[in-house]
Amino acid sequence: MSIAWYLAVSAIVFALGAVGVMTRRNPLVVLLCLELMLNGGNLALIAFSRMWGNGDGQILALVVMTVAACEVCIGLGMIVALYRRRLPIDVDELRELQG
Amino acid sequence: MATTTYAWLVLALPLVGMLVVALGFRALPGRSAGWIATGAIFLAFLAALGALISLQGHSPVHRQLSSSLWTYFSTAGVDAQMSILVDPLSVYMMLVVTGVSALIHLYSIAYLDEDRGFARFFSYLNFFVFSMLLLVLAANFVLLIVGWAFVGAASYLLISFWYRRTTATRAGIKAFVINVLGDAGLVLGTFFIFKHTGTLDLLQSFHRTTAGAAFGTGTENGDLVAGCMLLLVGAFAKSAQVPLHTWLPDAMEGPTPVSALIHAATMVTAGVYLIARMHPLFELAPAAQDLGAIVGAATLLIAGTIGLAQTDIKRVIAYSTMSQIGYMIMAVSVGAYAAGLFHMMTHAFFKALLFMAAGSLIAAMAGEQSLDRMGGFRKAMPFTYGCFLIGGLALSGIPPFSGFFSKDEVLLVTAERGGWHWALYVVGYIGAFLTALYTFRMIFRAFHGEPVAEARELQGGHLHHAEVPRNPATGEEEDIDVGFPGPVHAIAERALKMRVAMGTLAVGSVVAGLVQIPKVDFVVDDFLRPSFAESHLYAPRERNGLLVFGLILGTLLGLAGIALAHRIWVARPGTAAAVRARARPLYLLFVNKWYFDELIERLVVRPAAASGRFAQNTFERVFVQDTLIGGTTGLVRAGSAAVRAAQNGFVRYYAGLLVLGVAGVGFYFLLQS
Repeated sequence: MSIAWYLAVSAIVFALGAVGVMTRRNPLVVLLCLELMLNGGNLALIAFSRMWGNGDGQILALVVMTVAACEVCIGLGMIVALYRRRLPIDVDELRELQG
Repeated sequence: MATTTYAWLVLALPLVGMLVVALGFRALPGRSAGWIATGAIFLAFLAALGALISLQGHSPVHRQLSSSLWTYFSTAGVDAQMSILVDPLSVYMMLVVTGVSALIHLYSIAYLDEDRGFARFFSYLNFFVFSMLLLVLAANFVLLIVGWAFVGAASYLLISFWYRRTTATRAGIKAFVINVLGDAGLVLGTFFIFKHTGTLDLLQSFHRTTAGAAFGTGTENGDLVAGCMLLLVGAFAKSAQVPLHTWLPDAMEGPTPVSALIHAATMVTAGVYLIARMHPLFELAPAAQDLGAIVGAATLLIAGTIGLAQTDIKRVIAYSTMSQIGYMIMAVSVGAYAAGLFHMMTHAFFKALLFMAAGSLIAAMAGEQSLDRMGGFRKAMPFTYGCFLIGGLALSGIPPFSGFFSKDEVLLVTAERGGWHWALYVVGYIGAFLTALYTFRMIFRAFHGEPVAEARELQGGHLHHAEVPRNPATGEEEDIDVGFPGPVHAIAERALKMRVAMGTLAVGSVVAGLVQIPKVDFVVDDFLRPSFAESHLYAPRERNGLLVFGLILGTLLGLAGIALAHRIWVARPGTAAAVRARARPLYLLFVNKWYFDELIERLVVRPAAASGRFAQNTFERVFVQDTLIGGTTGLVRAGSAAVRAAQNGFVRYYAGLLVLGVAGVGFYFLLQS
């Protein structure tokens, strides 16, 4: 099977994630979409790993997963903190850091 | 001990005294600050005597010793060292400076006894003596400039010692500004001389100049003449010569001991010392020498005439100082080095004495300085009167007082140069007549005639005190707190310390002339000779027939001046008013000090102020503020506004931009491949 299929799926997943990040306003969903983007990237990495027949891509995918786990930790922590302080769960409302 | 060790001690003692008094004034009990300062200067005088004795032990050709403590930096040609030059000239200056200063310190202990700034005064005074000694001992131009500038700073501090008197602070600023002008002249002159000789060391630069003149560059070298002219600017500013003299009369706002120390005996002679020290350079720049001689002669005449019309007793003495410094500047500029320095020494004695006596008189008047309000103090203050009289006779050049020998020596050597120097000779004798006239005008007006209320009170045994202390110059009411003169004044008749100081100086004024009696002894001439070994103008021993003529003429003119003063102010009171009315334009010229202040105001101050206003309104506001500063800030502000607009806080917007950016980069690489 040509690697193009894998890459196409990866690109579609990545694009779906990106569109989700840009369009959804619920931070929980934004985080989900980010995961989607990361996993799209992971898929491409693993596909390349198969193509070259070595484990480099897989190792990189494992690193990405670790980073993703950390990121989710922080993201979810922030969302819980927002909820506790009764702030709106909406990324467009949370814009105190504007210039 | 080596000779230079003594000289280092002379330099170190006033510095230590200043530091002890300045840092420890809180812990020092009572009036001990004054005693510490006086002791430091007195020890310095003893060390100077040690240096003198030790120097005389060397053979005359080896009497120029230098010693260096450390090197500040040393690069191509520039060699700035903490080094001193001990030779007869600097030892002579050291002796005069420390000797007179020690007596004036002693006088000040009594005179400023009630002043709240007692310790501050003595630390300033010691600082001044240290600076002056640094100036006379410096062995290179760098140290000379440092001492020169320190002296100016010390003068500023002491003139505005009563810092809450507006007139005093203004006078201090004026003195400082004019002195800084002189400093600039000295520094620029040093540049030219460095360019000419390639060294900053004094002795080396003299040797190179002399050698250079012998092999090629010759006299009238452009750099050398320019350098000497600029050095003269420094000398004129420090020695109060026309037209940079206007600070000296105003400097009389300082306490009287300060006037005696700085503005009579030591600081104002720095210009004389400078020209004498730089004589190998000046002798190869005759144009600068001539300028110095002419300005000196002009100053002695102008100052003498102004002294005739002033009524503030201290200012009269200040103008007299200017006039006498004019003699000295003229002397050292025409090559009469020993005569000029001899006159400097005798002048230091009798002028310090006159100032001290005037201080005592002013104290008896409770701070009042106007001659118009004084009179008849002869009986009330016999000691002050005696001292004033001795000082006045010495100043007028009446034999056998010291001024008689020194002044005639100056004029004699001037005449011996021949040519147009005869004009200087004549001017000098006119000045001598004026000197006697204004000196005895002072004496007759202050001590003779009908006793004023203060004098009668003092005769009754009570020292007059002002009900409300007032500034004698403006009549403003004053405090007696710190920054103003103290409440109680001290007169010589009641203070032993003042009597000791004045008595010593009076003895000096009488006998100092005896060290150099024409045809009898040549102490000063011979002592200073090693410093002027290479000079072809230095003190020839043989004197021609002019000597006797000059001495007689000087005496007659002095006596004539005294007689005229007696006729005008004692024998026929009212003559002064008649003369004033008849020669009104001349009187106005003299009483307004030849309009020098107004002239400087018109020529320098106002154009400077106008150009300053122009710079502020036009250049500063329009160009600097609006264009440069406004332009820069406007640019930054506009740029930051644009960047700030992008930071709108929408996370989704940022994500969109990120994706767009990555997509853009991706497309770019796709198109490239």
